Amino acid sequence: MIDRRLIINFDLKFFLVMFLIAGIGLLCIYSVTAPQKTAGFPLYLKQFFWIGLGLAFFLGIILVDYHNLCRYAYLFYGISLGLLVIVDLVGRVGQGAQRWISLGFFDLQPSELLKLSLLLVLAKDFSGRSSRHGLGLTQLPIPILMVAAPVLLVLKQPDLGTALAISFMFMVMVLLVGPKSRLVIFGFLVSLMLFPFFWHFFWHSLKDYQRDRLLTFLNPMADPLGTGYHIIQSKIAIGSGGLIGKGFLEGTQSQLKFLPMGHTDFIFAVFAEEWGFIGVIILLGLYLTLLLWGVEAAYKAKDPLGALLAGGAVAILVFYLAINIGMTLGVTPVVGLPLPLMSYGGSSMVTTMALLGLIMNVKMRRFMLFY
Amino acid sequence: MNDTSYLQEEAGEIRNRAAWLAGFVLLVLCFLLARAWYLQVFQGNYYRGMAENNRARLVEITAPRGFLYDRNGNLLVNNTPSFNLYLVLEDIPDLEDTLGRLSRYIGVSKDELNQRVLAKKNLAPSRPLKIKTDLTLKEAALIEGHFPDLPGVRIEAEVKRNYIHGGLAAHFLGHVGEVSPEQLDQRTYLDISPGSIVGQYGVEKTYDAWIRGKQGQKSIEVDVQGHERRILRVQEPIKGNDLYLTLDLDLQRTAEAALGEGSGAVVALDPWTGDILAMVSHPPFDPNLLSGVLTPAAWEALAEDPRHPMNNRVLQGQYPPGSVFKIVVSTALLETDVIPPSFTVNCSGGLRFGKRLYRDWKKGGHGVVGLHRAIVESCDVFFYEAGRRLGIDTLAEYAKRFGLGRPTGIPLASEKSGLIPTTAWKQTARGEPWYPGETLSAAIGQGYITVTPLQMAMVVSTIATHGYQYQPRILKEMKGPKGSLGESSPVLTGMIELREQTIATLYRALGGVVSEDHGTGRAASTKLVDIGGKTGTAQVVGIRPWMNEENTPKKFKDHAWFVALAPLDHPRIVVVALVEHGGHGGSAAAPIARMVIEEFIKRDRPASYHQL
Repeated sequence: MIDRRLIINFDLKFFLVMFLIAGIGLLCIYSVTAPQKTAGFPLYLKQFFWIGLGLAFFLGIILVDYHNLCRYAYLFYGISLGLLVIVDLVGRVGQGAQRWISLGFFDLQPSELLKLSLLLVLAKDFSGRSSRHGLGLTQLPIPILMVAAPVLLVLKQPDLGTALAISFMFMVMVLLVGPKSRLVIFGFLVSLMLFPFFWHFFWHSLKDYQRDRLLTFLNPMADPLGTGYHIIQSKIAIGSGGLIGKGFLEGTQSQLKFLPMGHTDFIFAVFAEEWGFIGVIILLGLYLTLLLWGVEAAYKAKDPLGALLAGGAVAILVFYLAINIGMTLGVTPVVGLPLPLMSYGGSSMVTTMALLGLIMNVKMRRFMLFY
Repeated sequence: MNDTSYLQEEAGEIRNRAAWLAGFVLLVLCFLLARAWYLQVFQGNYYRGMAENNRARLVEITAPRGFLYDRNGNLLVNNTPSFNLYLVLEDIPDLEDTLGRLSRYIGVSKDELNQRVLAKKNLAPSRPLKIKTDLTLKEAALIEGHFPDLPGVRIEAEVKRNYIHGGLAAHFLGHVGEVSPEQLDQRTYLDISPGSIVGQYGVEKTYDAWIRGKQGQKSIEVDVQGHERRILRVQEPIKGNDLYLTLDLDLQRTAEAALGEGSGAVVALDPWTGDILAMVSHPPFDPNLLSGVLTPAAWEALAEDPRHPMNNRVLQGQYPPGSVFKIVVSTALLETDVIPPSFTVNCSGGLRFGKRLYRDWKKGGHGVVGLHRAIVESCDVFFYEAGRRLGIDTLAEYAKRFGLGRPTGIPLASEKSGLIPTTAWKQTARGEPWYPGETLSAAIGQGYITVTPLQMAMVVSTIATHGYQYQPRILKEMKGPKGSLGESSPVLTGMIELREQTIATLYRALGGVVSEDHGTGRAASTKLVDIGGKTGTAQVVGIRPWMNEENTPKKFKDHAWFVALAPLDHPRIVVVALVEHGGHGGSAAAPIARMVIEEFIKRDRPASYHQL
């Protein structure tokens, strides 16, 4: 059943780097949450479990040839879109946003599922269209509809981060397939014309706290104890880490709780405070390695489907990385995206591992012949 | 095969564009890295400072105040531990909520807590505000247990002032309290930070700089709620110096008990040193209560108590001296030779002067009296005549030599000077000439004249020392952590030349007041020692025709005076007792003075010897 060549082609380096980053995340979660005595299971132990769960998805995905996975792409897509609608109707309300379906031990976020299925379905769709002479205007309506439906639903939740991530992924994939120059010009003009309408819709679809976040991003000092607090404290945490950092468990900003959400959205600030700029170089180096290997997988993929899958996965990951770390550094708005592999949480861990699994899947099968 | 090559060709197209994706990834990560470098390396110091600001707080550690002892080493005031509750406003996001919770834990209403916060709102928001002292262990535990819900709430184990004998000698010892904004502007409180406890009354106030010690400070690490996590640095406070006061605990106790519940004052001092041995002012206040967190309402109640418990009557009560002033008049008489020693007056119960009849206190009069009997029996008519011949300005001159009309210089705050009228004074103050009849009132210590009990004690001291005047002294010795910082020595402030004849005559007369059958101060006589004294009955208002001794309302009753010195042959103690609205000096005040002197003689501790 399992081809021997699969095992030979399994990229151990890629696998190890992935674990190294997850391990660093675990240390940071431990650092933030271990000193406080909370009832129940400690978070860092739970994160072990999420890593395990993510690993199961990772391995599960690399076992099945990505061609076979894409055969069911429309089914996956349909299911996850359906779940997204259900969330809108019965989903649990938390933090002002409707994002979850509670499965008891695990809060399922259909938007995570959607990212994966959308990646599959777009890759399948684009690879099926001839792009020898570039992607034409007539080829776009269906993919655009496939993207627009979930984006609108996710925005309505409202989950600005995910909506932007999906849109970004779509854009990257279109660029990978290669649009005709006419399309680029046309697209540019249309977006320019639609921008005011879109902006109006976009701004009014946001909840107050989201608007505050965006405005705060432009000027954090306007409200230093309110919305700007997160950004200011995060910058203090990172900046005070200096070149060599304060040391493990010694970060005052995170240990004394000046930094909020240190184990989730602001985990990078915790890391940067305790490990310093040197740590940051190493961590970003690891992420870069991982992502460039992802690009390599796309580059070396033997068919457009593999290239698009790997490229799309890289696009989503780099978007999350840029927005999250950028947010902690005070250069992007606070939109509430987790840091892949490091932030505490099951949904994010599973999605990230699954995306990496897809990349690995493509990587491992680049030498295999078709039948 | 064909199909495959087509796919590979297609993939090749994508491959070229994937190279751009790699470039994009590289660019994004380089940008993030550059930003991290900017924050961590370029601006690292700046943010390190901000982080330090976030976590470290300087907290003052209150220094234990020095203890207060009496002259024999009996402990009067020390410190006891107290859990104090503080709020740091800048750490409290929702003050209403926090106060609501606290009020449940410590049983103080929310309004009351709000008031306490408001009273101190002018302080910096980072400064801890003391909201309550003396938390019980249970309350402290309850609050600490709910710390996660109580950001900005802090409990400090500190010391608080403990007045062991409660209200005993309250006016002398005083009390402590938070330094006021006005005080902070003064030079004596330069190194004091807002919210500190300083002496606010009595000895505590006078010697505050010596007693208060030096506050320490600790640098603590706080979390985002302002709760202490650990101590970074400590500079221990230095305890203040201990004071050994001139007070004599046993004598003070006796005097307090002798004066009893009524309003009044008793002061006992050593004429040869000026040492205050006992100082009683009733009604007393509770220094332990006043030294805690006092609400404005409680303050108001105290300040507006019609009995004025906050008044130290010994040095702030200004009363007409009544007949005790005759000591001064007699001295003037004996020193000036206005009348011969054999001079007598026929007292028939009153003296007609101008249109008015100046009455003697005794209906029917004393008959023919000389100076000795006039003092012993306190004959008013004799002194009317004496005053008339001396004139007000000569009287005032002698009164001033005795130190009347100006503060004695006792190192306690807010001493009053009383009033010794002169013709010039009347012209300036009232814009009227002095009427001769007023001299007659002055001669028996009525009219405009007022004195404090302490001033009267100084008059008697001057007689006791044959003319030497020592400044009243309250501090005997100060001890620091390394032993004595020196004993204070008596301060001679003046000296009145008195003829031997004058002294002898006065001593005989003062002794007669107590020992002779007709003496007004017989109630002061004791088997233990010969006491010399003088009674006084100071009129509060002119006696109304409808009043007699039985139906006079208390507030119109006369103040009772008794001044005493003992032993008569060689005085070592002077006592002045004043009972407000007590009636006759002989009955109300004399026994008090006697009891104090008896206690003093019984213990027979030669307090000091004069160096004449």
